[in-house]
Amino acid sequence: MKLAIRGLDVDIGERSLCRGLSLDLHGGESLAILGRNGAGKSTLLSTLAGLRPIQHGAIEIDAVSIAALSARTLARLRGYCPQQQQDAFSASVLETALVGRHPHLGRWRWESGQDVALAQAALEQLGLDEMTARDVHTLSGGERQRLALAALLVQDPQLYLLDEPLAHLDLNHAIAVLELFAARVAATQASVIAVLHDPNLARRYFQRALLLFEDGSWLEGAAADVLTQENLSRLYAHPLHCLQDGATRWFVPHTADHNNIHPQQTGE
Amino acid sequence: MPSPRRVLLIMFGLLAASVASILIALAVGSFSVPPGDVLAALTGDTTSMGAEVVMKLRLPRALGTFGCGGLLALAGALMQVLLRNPLADPHVLGVSGGAAVAALLALLLGAGVAGVNVGAFCGALLAMLLVFGLAHGDGGWTRARLLLTGVIIASGCTAVVSLILSIAPEQALRGMLFWLMGDAAHITNPWPSLLLLAGGLLVVWPFARELNLLARGDQLAQALGVNVQFLRGLVYCAGALFTAGAVTTAGSVGFVGLVVPHLVRLTTGNDQRVLLPAAALAGGCLLTLADTLARTLVAPHQLPVGVLTALIGVPLFLYLLTRKTAATKDVR
Repeated sequence: MKLAIRGLDVDIGERSLCRGLSLDLHGGESLAILGRNGAGKSTLLSTLAGLRPIQHGAIEIDAVSIAALSARTLARLRGYCPQQQQDAFSASVLETALVGRHPHLGRWRWESGQDVALAQAALEQLGLDEMTARDVHTLSGGERQRLALAALLVQDPQLYLLDEPLAHLDLNHAIAVLELFAARVAATQASVIAVLHDPNLARRYFQRALLLFEDGSWLEGAAADVLTQENLSRLYAHPLHCLQDGATRWFVPHTADHNNIHPQQTGE
Repeated sequence: MPSPRRVLLIMFGLLAASVASILIALAVGSFSVPPGDVLAALTGDTTSMGAEVVMKLRLPRALGTFGCGGLLALAGALMQVLLRNPLADPHVLGVSGGAAVAALLALLLGAGVAGVNVGAFCGALLAMLLVFGLAHGDGGWTRARLLLTGVIIASGCTAVVSLILSIAPEQALRGMLFWLMGDAAHITNPWPSLLLLAGGLLVVWPFARELNLLARGDQLAQALGVNVQFLRGLVYCAGALFTAGAVTTAGSVGFVGLVVPHLVRLTTGNDQRVLLPAAALAGGCLLTLADTLARTLVAPHQLPVGVLTALIGVPLFLYLLTRKTAATKDVR
């Protein structure tokens, strides 16, 4: 699977969010999108998912424009996890995970025992296997978020588009989810594009990073090259410090008590 | 998701209940026909006392009422998915309002049963096109816009209905009120509603799994490969047509379309593949039984069936709701 973005403009209403975005993403690669609130991260992600019309530019999967693909074909290529999960009607956890099988089942087929087994395996990977019969309305925010990710694993696409996958997750589950997707990318040659708010996790778990600036400009490259003190301070319009721990760099936002940090600890 | 065995069980149960409700409707009334005579009449024996009553009067009415109840329940289930709102019912988008205005105008002008029916159907179609056109606007329609447009058109129709009621002559009022509350007494030909119910179910059912996704949100459905715009159009048109068919047959019967989908949901879950056919059968049963009561409770007078649907439905629904809450508490 190869995703190619060529000269893509992303607009919302009258506002232009991102201009002339071009990049290639191959199977087995992961990309983190970072930016301030309202910078157009989610809009870009849903455009990549084919859920918004492309105003200018092109998005291709294996050299075919996603606009030319049927919704069903597209659903077998890419999976999309929106920022928020809304349940108007009650449904069990298992039923909700099983929706991921929809693009793989013919119109007249019902979910088989094999499909249920796939759903159960995905729920187990996200630590939800104890609550398959629970009503989604009784889940906590973090549990509901993990359920949405489980449904995405059941969908088994080649390109995962995750909009803030770590929202509502506690620390251990956030790390577990990142490791899970990193392992899946390595094992299946799938790709992941995720909107994140933590540059440290982006740097640790993603090979590449895309920064969306307020003025519509963007910067993309290897995570180690792009996620620097200078770029991140500009991105968030807030000074960041860089702490060196062996080979690993940690970015922390500047606060009043940072004056106590020794100068030699700040890198770059 | 209910197991296939449970689904079959539910469906057979509902089919048996449907047949039973129609047989009851044929046997019971101001002139009681023994079950043996009912079966004899149905199998072509016209010699018994009640054969005429069963075949000419009760059978068309029972079948028509069944079709009408099924249509209302089906339309309600579709509207609840389309609007992602458990409070939606067939009348929420103004289709019945349009039918009511046209039907009352026809009654005001002294039209017969056929004229009122044609008027109601035209009124319903007109309201359907109006809501669809206005909600569509220049961009695509959103749920909120569709719901608001429908509700506003419906209130406009209610005002016109009140206006007609206040200027109508005394002798026309009773007929008008019965039409508004839902009245099955004028059903002579059950086939339009039955055929619409069967045909409609055949058209909608193949999309049931996609409807499950639509109920979870447009974006999710689209991301999982559903052609959302097409499906929403289909559901709207189907729901509005079913409502138009039902109100044309038996006036504006309330409650069935709102409550039957919920009743079924409480027992079968929210899988539309089960819910849609089950709601159609359960709606038919409920309305047939309600109509039987409506013509027997204070016989020889007849009550409007819409009053009975609520009188049966409210306690039944509340019972199932409290039982369901107690059951889920035990599980946890």
